[in-house]
Amino acid sequence: MRLYEFESKKILSSYSIPVPKGRVVTSSQEARIFAQEVAGPIALKAQVLATGRGKVGGVRFAESPQEAEQVAQEMLKAEIQGYAVKSLLVEERLDIEQELYVGCTYDEVKKTPLIICSSLGGVDINEVSRKHPEKIHKSSVSSFMGLQPYKAWELVQNLDLPAKLPWAAQAILLKLWGFFSQFDAILAEINPLVLTSRGELAALDAHIEIEDDALFRQKERLGRFQIEEREDKARPPTPFEIEAAQIDKADYRGVAGRVIQFDGNLGLLIGAGGGSLTTFDAVLRYGGKPANYCEVGGNAPVSKICKLAKLVLSKPGVEGIAVITNVYSNSRVDFVARGLIKAMVELGMDPKSYPVLFRSAGAFEEEGYAILRKYGVRYYDRSTSMDEAAGLAVEMIKKGS
Amino acid sequence: MAILLSDSTRVIVQGITGREAVTFTKGMLDYGTRVVAGVTPGKEGHRVYGVPVYNCVETAMRNHEANTSIVSVPPGFAKDATFEAIDVGIELVNVFTERIPRGDVAQMIEFARQKGVRIVGPNSLGMISPGRVKLGPAGGPLSECNRAFTPGSVAVLSRSGGMLTETCSLLSQNGIGQSIAINIGGDPIVGSAFFDLLPLLEDDPETKAIVLFCEPGTFQEEETARFVKETSYSKRIVAFIAGSFVDTMPGMRFGHAAVIVHGESGATRTKAKVMREAGIVVVDFHSEIVAAVKKILNQS
Repeated sequence: MRLYEFESKKILSSYSIPVPKGRVVTSSQEARIFAQEVAGPIALKAQVLATGRGKVGGVRFAESPQEAEQVAQEMLKAEIQGYAVKSLLVEERLDIEQELYVGCTYDEVKKTPLIICSSLGGVDINEVSRKHPEKIHKSSVSSFMGLQPYKAWELVQNLDLPAKLPWAAQAILLKLWGFFSQFDAILAEINPLVLTSRGELAALDAHIEIEDDALFRQKERLGRFQIEEREDKARPPTPFEIEAAQIDKADYRGVAGRVIQFDGNLGLLIGAGGGSLTTFDAVLRYGGKPANYCEVGGNAPVSKICKLAKLVLSKPGVEGIAVITNVYSNSRVDFVARGLIKAMVELGMDPKSYPVLFRSAGAFEEEGYAILRKYGVRYYDRSTSMDEAAGLAVEMIKKGS
Repeated sequence: MAILLSDSTRVIVQGITGREAVTFTKGMLDYGTRVVAGVTPGKEGHRVYGVPVYNCVETAMRNHEANTSIVSVPPGFAKDATFEAIDVGIELVNVFTERIPRGDVAQMIEFARQKGVRIVGPNSLGMISPGRVKLGPAGGPLSECNRAFTPGSVAVLSRSGGMLTETCSLLSQNGIGQSIAINIGGDPIVGSAFFDLLPLLEDDPETKAIVLFCEPGTFQEEETARFVKETSYSKRIVAFIAGSFVDTMPGMRFGHAAVIVHGESGATRTKAKVMREAGIVVVDFHSEIVAAVKKILNQS
């Protein structure tokens, strides 16, 4: 779960990491009042979870209270990468001499926590590592020992900071690590960490991601900062996706219901995990136009498959449905077949004439095929590959039967 | 005798009284795997298909010598269960639990390294040495399992559990058997990544070719390519990378926790490129794995 900038700063400042003086506002009047109090230039920053908001008008500046009001009004009407801007973080504008980067994350190859710092802050750290790899300084640390002071001290030597400031940078890095490990974060970066003309360090922006799978034990800690668990996707979910998520939530059994909306005409129940990735790719490569992505696996019960099939079959623009899964180990083929048939019957669709295709195999396949035969659904067993089945589904939609 | 599993494999199932664990314990026993004990705190004295249940791994070990453990417990207890197995001298821990916090996984792996223990998983559906031993539900009930997995000389490593079975079933139908099939797990950090297992397979006389089922996200394939190139790896590898459409949808998560792409990072096009540069045969369609493997086996 990614945190908003204002949430990140609230937490970091509780660890005594210095942040610019600021306030969250939801109206242009509040922005004006803040500018009056500061009596100097301010920055206005849209509170959205979009990356690279600076490039699309998500960060603006104002010299006077009047300008602040005007800019805030414009920003609060804007949309950034599909997200409506509901609030702004207004901050005193700092006089910046140097931009640095400090961050904690996990190294998936070494399988350890990783501490990163760079004297080139303010830009995407991945870009820095491509263009100026010599400016990136990393250190793996033991997840039992954590970041030790000597290691933090060693790392900040690379930041080209004037006298005395390395001590401050070391303290910030250690506090950032403290936060990272206590909150089950998987990413905590201060970018940029700025050196101001007054010779002080401050966290100008921060990106924090908390491990979704650790929210069960972080609820209380996050609650102290008024942060609640929420869905976190690259774009806001559509009503179709919300409905699918509700079906999934209503019954914990089975990996089924991870649904993503597309705008094609071929409804899909595919699965699961790697199987759905394989099938979806094959459908696209054969020129098919998926209406959705929806996984079915993990031994989902008939009722859940039925509800998902109904949702997909009722989606406007859907002209046919394909159920394509890998050979199941821990799911039952007959459950999937039953769920599909039940959905079609309840929607008053005739499986004999409606474009529908089924490819699955494994446990209880004979029982599943028997049901499909009875209702006249064309089905394929393991002798037809998932790729072939995807190709046949695309053909089926083209022919309309 | 392939890798990781052998005639001397003796298994403890941690969390044996759970719904899924009861089912796969039956499947393992039917397959001939020696499941010597189970552990569920508070359930000592019970039996699961004849397998005695203990309160602690330590007691189970004292009464039945075991060298392998399956961890199938809820996410909040998985780290402790894994520590327990490592601490009492288990050599191979196969972690099935899904959704374990990353920080816990890092500690599990670090402790295992200190003690010289191998972890496979988390978020693994197990592994199988066809015709000999299996851990977990791979392949399902016995008759189904025997259709999907057949003995032979191809090692199959997969980030997906379901596609491990599908891939082996595809090979088996075309007369190509497997020396070992392992679901390494779908998480961003796993105890045994492709690049951790390749050195073992290189020394395994039974394995003639290797198949990798890859997915978007993480640097696992990139690191594997680097390893293959730098060590001039001696065995031929065929890879299929599922989910190339994910490249066009940065920030969206599909299926496994690790399947997420940010720009070039984790993108399948990058993976395919570096793997090909390393001499790995990367096929575009899953079913093309068969022809690619046949070609390698005919050459050797």
